[in-house]
Amino acid sequence: MSIFLDRDTRLVVQGITGRDGSFHTRQMMSYGTRVVAGVTPGKGGTLFDGVPVFNTMADAVQDTHPTASVIYVPAAAAAAAIFEAADAGLPLVVCITEGIPVLDMSRVIPFLRERGVRLIGPNCPGLITPGQSKVGIIPGPICRPGRIGVVSRSGTLTYEIVHQLSRHDFGQSTCVGIGGDPIIGTSFVDCLAAFQSDPQTDAVVLIGEIGGTDEQQAAAFVQSDMTKPVVGFIAGQTAPPGRRMGHAGAIAAGAGGTAAEKVAALAAAGIPVMQRPADVVPLLKERL
Amino acid sequence: MNLHEFQARELFGRYGIPFVAGEVAETPAAVRAIAERLAGPVVVKAQVHSGGRGKAGGVKVARDAADAAAHAARIFSLTIQGLPVRRVLVVPAVDIASECYLGVIIDRAAQRPVVIASAAGGVDIEEVAARTPDRIHRVTVDPRYGLLPHQAMALAFRLYDDLAKVRAAAEIARQLYAAFTGLGASLAEINPLAMTTDGRVVALDAKLVVDDNELPARPDIAALRDSSAEAPSEQRARDAGLSFIQLKGTVGCCVNGAGLAMATMDLVKFYGGEPANFLDIGGSSNPQKVVDALEIITADPAVRAILFNIFGGITRCDDVANGIVEATGRLSLTVPLVIRLTGTNEEAAIEILTRAGFSALTDMDQAVERAVALASR
Repeated sequence: MSIFLDRDTRLVVQGITGRDGSFHTRQMMSYGTRVVAGVTPGKGGTLFDGVPVFNTMADAVQDTHPTASVIYVPAAAAAAAIFEAADAGLPLVVCITEGIPVLDMSRVIPFLRERGVRLIGPNCPGLITPGQSKVGIIPGPICRPGRIGVVSRSGTLTYEIVHQLSRHDFGQSTCVGIGGDPIIGTSFVDCLAAFQSDPQTDAVVLIGEIGGTDEQQAAAFVQSDMTKPVVGFIAGQTAPPGRRMGHAGAIAAGAGGTAAEKVAALAAAGIPVMQRPADVVPLLKERL
Repeated sequence: MNLHEFQARELFGRYGIPFVAGEVAETPAAVRAIAERLAGPVVVKAQVHSGGRGKAGGVKVARDAADAAAHAARIFSLTIQGLPVRRVLVVPAVDIASECYLGVIIDRAAQRPVVIASAAGGVDIEEVAARTPDRIHRVTVDPRYGLLPHQAMALAFRLYDDLAKVRAAAEIARQLYAAFTGLGASLAEINPLAMTTDGRVVALDAKLVVDDNELPARPDIAALRDSSAEAPSEQRARDAGLSFIQLKGTVGCCVNGAGLAMATMDLVKFYGGEPANFLDIGGSSNPQKVVDALEIITADPAVRAILFNIFGGITRCDDVANGIVEATGRLSLTVPLVIRLTGTNEEAAIEILTRAGFSALTDMDQAVERAVALASR
């Protein structure tokens, strides 16, 4: 098993003919992901590498019965694409796009909640269940099938830590990039709960960063609801206060936003926090 | 993006929020002319992107035009938190009976806008929140319906007793919420919202931060950016499409991805160094970005060593390697370069770099340690 994604997931790609969408669709297909449809308005009726392309999500759903969608459309159209995917009845929507206004996301979220749709992202690398399927842009070759769950607000930092795991024979059950924006669809807690229930996951690596209080909520959840070991990392110890560090959500401002506060919250909940990405393996070995 | 008070006043004014009208000046002589026209006491306010203007001496009440010019001369000579004062706002002084706070931000945990009101206005609201949290009142707003009339009234009753003033404040709260959403803000604030001794409720200050992600669709607001408030290196980086923040250390950092860039800075510190910057070259494989990044980093005279940390995924290591070779051919580097590359097309990248006389590492810790050692030589 795994969380959110497995070899049976049937994927529709929103923006399949675009520059990023076409490149990553090929990457996903060569990894083994079952891409059953693509959507690009105006390209309905054509084929992309053998995959049927539709004008609308409703058409794609009717003809190909996907169970998840991934969004590679530009920022200006991305919120609309999330609404469309949710309206078409997909239970899982993964939005890779960076740059969606926060206010747009505040309107998207209640629409999703009412329909029971899980959104991962936006501004995220997606997720991968190694050896089975990947949705998004996480490079397949760095991952190995195994029993460690990984959840992160970052992209390449996740790859760095996954790379450390894979090199030392700690394969992964699922790696989820939840995204670097202030408002995202799936939180650390959502992923931790899923990993706790997943019989194929033995331990979880949580990769947080400055901004917001999602890590503090995760710490509280680990303490009250988890029996599996969790180890953590917090990026941004040296980030100056009040500055946005690349990710729209990575800004140390307001109560709880600094790296020191997050490290303290994790430590207080009994979660060992690595000082360097390379410490992930020794910390896991201690706990397993 | 931060806006100046005078810009925020103008934008908020479009939503009906009542201000005491002021004018902007860039010289003491212009301040004198405005004060003469306004006749009577005025307030001279520095227009800089910084909190704590008042404490720094950037806000002064003047009794007449000559006094205003004298205050302005002193304010123009100030540097407030590193920022020179280039403009001041001159407004008529009003007699204040009470000062309140009104603000709208995004509540990340609730994933919605929240309107905040406090009768303890005129001071740093975060201090009020820390010391007397019971004096802060919050209403979470469903963005589909906006701030509802009863929500605005409930907040306003926390500020005033008199019904006419409650209604006036509720109206201003609704206008501020409309400005927040209409302007694509991540923060919209009136502090203080004043009651004057003659019974009017007026905004005396305005603060506006617009979500950077809203700017592509709002060129009129994007055009209000005051680049003079930024480090020149940060301006250049933005023009080049790079995410860059100037810091004060000696190890220049060039990384792909914001999380890895932060982790790299942290690792520099872990090994006893200080990062000179945050720089994310992004996910693209454009060698020009590497050239731009190296130019911006090397322009900082404090930089003693440059560290590349690239985890190839979508970014191809060979593209970055080509960018490094191209940039160093043009720039004649005077500081050592430490390159760490791993992931997509790593072997090709190492071959390109070796041929050009560079060595490359694949381990992040090794590379950071070496860069810190070179920077402290």
